[in-house]
Amino acid sequence: MAAEFETVIGLEVHLELQTKSKIFCACPNRFGEAPNSNVCPVCLGLPGSLPVLNGKVIELSLRAALALNCEVPPYSKFDRKNYFYPDLPKAYQISQYDFPLARNGHLDLYSESRLIRRVQIERLHIEEDAGKLLHGEDGAASLVDYNRSGVPLVEIVTAPDLRSPEEARLFLELLRRTLLYTGVSDCKMEEGSLRCDANISLRPGGEKALGSKVELKNMNSFRSVQKGLEYEAIRQKSVLRESGSISSETRRYDESRGITLEMRGKEEEHDYRYFPEPDLPPLIIEGSRLKEIGESLPELPTERGLRLAREYEIPPSQAEVITASRGLADFYEEAVGHFNRPRLVANWLTSDVQSLVKEWDKEDPMPFTAFRLAELLRLVEDGAISTRMAKEVLKESFDGGESPGEIVRRKGLAQLSDEKELASIAEKVLQEHQGAAKDFLSGNKKSLSFLVGQVMKHTGGKANPQMVSKLLQERLKKT
Amino acid sequence: MELYQLTACEAGRALQKKEASAAELVAASLDRMALVESTINGFISLREERELFREAEKIQKLLDNGRQLSPLAGIPMALKDNLCTRDLPTTCGSKMLADYRPPYDAHVVDLLKGAHAIMIGKSNMDEFAMGSSTENSYFKPTLNPWDIERVPGGSSGGSAALVAAGEVFFAIGSDTGGSVRQPASLCGVVGLKPTYGLVSRYGLIAFASSLDQVGPLTRDVRDCAAVLDVIAGCDPRDSTSADRQKEHYSSYLGKEVKGFRVAFPSEQLGLGIEQYYKEVFLEGVGKLGRLGVEVEEISMPVYNYALPAYYIICPAEASSNLARYDGVQYGFRSGGEQDLLELYFKNRTEAFGPEVKRRIMLGTYALSAGYYDAYYLQASRVRTAVKQQLERIFEKYDFVVTPTSPTSAFKLGEKVDDPLTMYLNDIFTTLANLAGVPAISIPCGLANGLPVGLQLIGRHFDEGRMFQLCCALEEELGMKGVRPDIRTALEREDA
Repeated sequence: MAAEFETVIGLEVHLELQTKSKIFCACPNRFGEAPNSNVCPVCLGLPGSLPVLNGKVIELSLRAALALNCEVPPYSKFDRKNYFYPDLPKAYQISQYDFPLARNGHLDLYSESRLIRRVQIERLHIEEDAGKLLHGEDGAASLVDYNRSGVPLVEIVTAPDLRSPEEARLFLELLRRTLLYTGVSDCKMEEGSLRCDANISLRPGGEKALGSKVELKNMNSFRSVQKGLEYEAIRQKSVLRESGSISSETRRYDESRGITLEMRGKEEEHDYRYFPEPDLPPLIIEGSRLKEIGESLPELPTERGLRLAREYEIPPSQAEVITASRGLADFYEEAVGHFNRPRLVANWLTSDVQSLVKEWDKEDPMPFTAFRLAELLRLVEDGAISTRMAKEVLKESFDGGESPGEIVRRKGLAQLSDEKELASIAEKVLQEHQGAAKDFLSGNKKSLSFLVGQVMKHTGGKANPQMVSKLLQERLKKT
Repeated sequence: MELYQLTACEAGRALQKKEASAAELVAASLDRMALVESTINGFISLREERELFREAEKIQKLLDNGRQLSPLAGIPMALKDNLCTRDLPTTCGSKMLADYRPPYDAHVVDLLKGAHAIMIGKSNMDEFAMGSSTENSYFKPTLNPWDIERVPGGSSGGSAALVAAGEVFFAIGSDTGGSVRQPASLCGVVGLKPTYGLVSRYGLIAFASSLDQVGPLTRDVRDCAAVLDVIAGCDPRDSTSADRQKEHYSSYLGKEVKGFRVAFPSEQLGLGIEQYYKEVFLEGVGKLGRLGVEVEEISMPVYNYALPAYYIICPAEASSNLARYDGVQYGFRSGGEQDLLELYFKNRTEAFGPEVKRRIMLGTYALSAGYYDAYYLQASRVRTAVKQQLERIFEKYDFVVTPTSPTSAFKLGEKVDDPLTMYLNDIFTTLANLAGVPAISIPCGLANGLPVGLQLIGRHFDEGRMFQLCCALEEELGMKGVRPDIRTALEREDA
């Protein structure tokens, strides 16, 4: 039986592109600087100033478009979106309206190597960001910071293909991962370099037509996207049960209260009076350029995760963790190249190494390399060090930058595996602890651990415990 | 002849030959201003005299040291007040920007400074370049040096009047639908609207971005070519600027024009043109024939649609370009507002004049949801048709000749309350802006003592040959050196 209501969600994602300068002027594109320090006549919209398109913006937008499997038509153009607001210095935003840079893409959502949803990307277009309003606490004055004005954005609009708030969050995470791989944006939702609005509607189970939708804004994390949508789905459900109709409106998610509030109704929607931007020529994208950019794209996380699981026979969930960042996946494959035990490498990478990486908050490149992980694991496999020791060596190598081999040598950590030497120590221990030896022979297996412990004590913990246990048992059986 | 009466090129030659000094040229301008400016009202703001003389001395030193400078070096000139200048406020003739001082110079200003032209001041204009009489200036109306009861045309009326009155040797204006050519015609000077993209718009305060071009107003064709030599050229700060080899326009002057083919859309002369004005114009067209130019009458039905299309596209773009004037960052601030909406209402209601408001409303309407297709989109289609028809004409002809405006200078207040009649002033000029092609107005003769302008429209980037033909025609028309007698005008005022 079909569910009472089906949730239908589409997302609009704004992404700040990682360029050195702004979209239409040479001002630096940097976050977190003193208000109005990165501005010029162009991004302040001063009379007489004109926009000049930053070529890097096109390159990064095309990378994003191709990573999302979009079609890129040869012709696109810029338009003006007109509205009044103090953070918009020209009172229009240069955007793209009827000829966006790219259309008809998709992103596939997998779980455990199984396709769960293909999400259509309706369009991807380029636009400029606005400034930021800062409201005084007393409400008497508002200030404008134009540093963000003219920061390059792409807007990505999905079809209403998502079927639950959780799916929306999973999609956003995948989108973020994919875009991070392509290097177009740092995708930091908390700094606003990735922003997401959601359209959500409900329809009776089995119904094809879409219900009236609500646009949801002001969600500041992936989690709050999911939470906001969950609240909104419940709210809509109860409204539909009571009165039977949802009014199309824009609502704001109140993070602290965990609820959504009405912002404006449909009749208050702006008429943006789009028209072609006369200050910029149309954008003509050559096929050869597209090909070049397409070829420069890295293997993307979804494909890479599927391949890793298949090729190295690791669990899909582990492959997904490894492909969460391009750096980690590169690290993995390099380490496996040096030490061909893919599962072991994956286990180390997703546990001990990853927790260290997570703690690594410095700007400097990580001193620990894939080669060193391979070196470390080889030391374990050869029996030179124990797993427990390896964890310590890993931490030390990570923090100090020394190679695992050097650490083991310098600290004399190598296991004592010389059979003759161990045998004589074992003999000595058995002499000293004849009671324990007797206990073992009369069936008390625990006393073996005690005896092993004593050998370890004699060797300062360096003895190879497996070997010690074997030697002890051999000696005991002889008696 | 007195210094102030020379053309810019003549004054430049006088400097090179040491017959005059740069300081003397500045003095000539200032003396002339002292005599007539209080009547003409061509300037909105002026630089300090001390500063002007200091600049003149510097240029003189360079000349004395044998430095080769541009032909415009040391020549006093005026800039329309919609071109951004660091040195002087840039008001656009509006209360909105009455105290606005830009932090940068327009590209054209950079080039003129580089050529060592001496900018005396900023010239009067219709508010935001909207108008054909300069009566829409917030500050004051400029008067026509040929008859001070009449308007100088607009919107570059200040620039045209200053050149005609001898206060400056040349001036820079801007032309969106005829704003250089029509006042040039009404004041008896030469005015050029260059090909769209030939002169950078960077620092030109936008009226209608797809139509605006900066152009010279000069005393003769040679000066016009000399000024274009300085101000034309690709500017990476203007994305619509044409990336082409720089031409030397002055080198076209004096060349043979025999065999040039000119199209004459004669049926257009039915469009509300004064009889005496028409006669002078037709005489001018006749003189083209005397130069060996082939003139053929053609039909150009698209002319009937150009003006209405223009009056959709132009206000549409203007409504967007002028939306930034909200008083938040700069410009007029009324104060006392209770909320954001009131801030917008008060600032914009109090600081924009009626014509600006009218066009903002027209343009906003034309772009509104539900009306866009019928107005803006339709007008854009007409614009394409205009371009195509002109292209076809230019396959066969080098130029199209028309009167510049339907009438000579009209009286102050005569049309100001009748916007539609005022818009008809642009009937011959908007075509070139819609198509992006160059067009020039040269003095053709006098009708009842008032100048009549003849317009030539040419192919894209064909300014060189346009000057070539105009230079020859100018000789034939015999209007060179014919100047208004302002003294008589002043005396008439006294009487």
